[in-house]
Amino acid sequence: MKAFVKGLMLLCVLMVKPSFAALDIVITEGVDAARPIAVVPFVWQGNGPAPSSISEVVAGDLTRSGTFKPLDETGLGQRAIGQLADFNADLWRNVSAEAVLMGSVKPYGANQYLVSFDLVDLVKAQMQGAGPQPKSEYLLDSRQTVISAEQFRQYAHRISDIVYEKLTGIKGAFLTRIAYVVVDHRQTNAYQLMIADYDGYNEQMLLRSPEPLMSPSWSPDGRKLAYVSFENKKAEIYVQDIYSRTRVKVTSFPGINGSPSFSPDGTKLAVTLSKDGQPEIYVVDIATGALKRVTNHYAIDTEPSWFPDGKSLLFTSERGGRPQIYQVDLATNKVTRLTFEGEWNLGGTVTPDGRSLIFVNRTNGKFNIARMDLKTRFMQVLTSTKLDESPSVAPNGTMVIYGTTYGNKQVLAAVSVDGRFKARLPSGEGDVKSPAWSPFL
Amino acid sequence: MEFNKIVKTLAVAIPLMTLAACSSTSETDTTAGDATTGGAGQYGANGMGANGGVEMGGATPMLSPEEQQRQKFQELRQDNVIYFDFDRSEIRPDYAKMLEAHADYLTNHPNVRVLIEGHTDERGTPEYNIALGERRAKAVAKYMQGLGVLPSQMSIVSYGEEKPADLTHSEEGESKNRRAVLVY
Repeated sequence: MKAFVKGLMLLCVLMVKPSFAALDIVITEGVDAARPIAVVPFVWQGNGPAPSSISEVVAGDLTRSGTFKPLDETGLGQRAIGQLADFNADLWRNVSAEAVLMGSVKPYGANQYLVSFDLVDLVKAQMQGAGPQPKSEYLLDSRQTVISAEQFRQYAHRISDIVYEKLTGIKGAFLTRIAYVVVDHRQTNAYQLMIADYDGYNEQMLLRSPEPLMSPSWSPDGRKLAYVSFENKKAEIYVQDIYSRTRVKVTSFPGINGSPSFSPDGTKLAVTLSKDGQPEIYVVDIATGALKRVTNHYAIDTEPSWFPDGKSLLFTSERGGRPQIYQVDLATNKVTRLTFEGEWNLGGTVTPDGRSLIFVNRTNGKFNIARMDLKTRFMQVLTSTKLDESPSVAPNGTMVIYGTTYGNKQVLAAVSVDGRFKARLPSGEGDVKSPAWSPFL
Repeated sequence: MEFNKIVKTLAVAIPLMTLAACSSTSETDTTAGDATTGGAGQYGANGMGANGGVEMGGATPMLSPEEQQRQKFQELRQDNVIYFDFDRSEIRPDYAKMLEAHADYLTNHPNVRVLIEGHTDERGTPEYNIALGERRAKAVAKYMQGLGVLPSQMSIVSYGEEKPADLTHSEEGESKNRRAVLVY
């Protein structure tokens, strides 16, 4: 009996997954260019240990953005300050950072906590010193919220969003998720479709299969994922609701059913079908299943992706002999070639502002992620990793997550759209591929 | 006690039986093998001369048409992979003989169906590779159709780079992943 109880306890321990990131982050380039910021550890005003560290999550977010570099704790002018009233500009005179984030957490009823934070413009504070102006002059933001213990990470990401937007003018993408496929050939169900917070925490499995799973694509409301599953020994496109755990089969034609991409209004999917011979681009109405053929060419046409206005599609075609990226107007079906540089250009996606193209470029046999300005046609190769594929852009347009090969394994990596910040996201078991960054949640 | 005895006996008997089974099958295999390679049955092949002048006779097993068919099918199933050059889908001439054997079998057995899988290496994007894999599978199907196989006997599926045969990520390994596989 005792052994049984012990066994049960062990089982429970194994079943309760600790809070850890399924994907780590190793920043490989770009720390020097990042802007220093002070994140003071949030003051815990309760008894016993604090439930979780909000400031640690915020510091992690800001580091991962590639834009900021949180100072070491030893470099701070003050510690253990939780609000503007405790801030003493004199003690921060020699600290070079553009802002100071401070805050506090205190119990607020059963399983509830009151989180407050103040964001101070340090440059302004340093210029004014202890002058006559009220401190509120250099207060950039100040908020208070009641959260439950389960919401700590989520609210920390919210704070990061606020800090990031205040300091850069760009909306933060810290409250987002990524979807990806994990492949472990040692397992019977080798293919797993996963989602996790953008930083790799709270990983959840959406589907597990002995046959390949491919091409996850988010709906614009962040509620659904379209993907390709070979579970019936053929390619089929499904749309799955990530909250209700229900799914519908959208296409199951003979041949290729691939590369789904949600339209900006969420009602249609652009897909690749080869039912009429060669792989062609179609638009399928998710509710009715009605099909509209978009391309008609004997060469390979695939990888459709929507322009943000929903009026045209980007796609990869071999009609010029080698894979290159084209644009097709959905009203007229008029096709325009967009890329000319390098041997191949494929797997394209338009940035949320509609101004540039992120894609896979092959030059001298090497596959890397590149960006092209749509107006000037200036192309820049962003990465120097190996066999890069499947780029997906963050909803605020600042970062690209993509699949690459490192140390004989397929892993995810990230690069800023200016190419300055580079990071690897190593994982535990198996190969990780086909990342898709969610919209703002 | 009784039970224990039975168990003990069984414990001895089972391995013996297994041994016997093993040796008998291997003997049959050898005989059959000899028969196919050497032609006629042989007398005294097992060094019987040292055995008081006794000679033992034996016959070559006759393979029924079904058995012959099964044997041929087994051979076909083992020789069923066509490799391709990088980003190509043309069938190299060295596969002519092998594909002829498959086509021959399929035309003689119109009720047999084959699934042609197309695969690629890891270079290029997964979606492009699905298209390339389909082109390879179709190239094989077209070739077989040219040899008289009915389109209704063949179906194709492309797995692109999703089901590699070799996981080493080496140049040699990747050449093994650029393939079409005939699955019966």
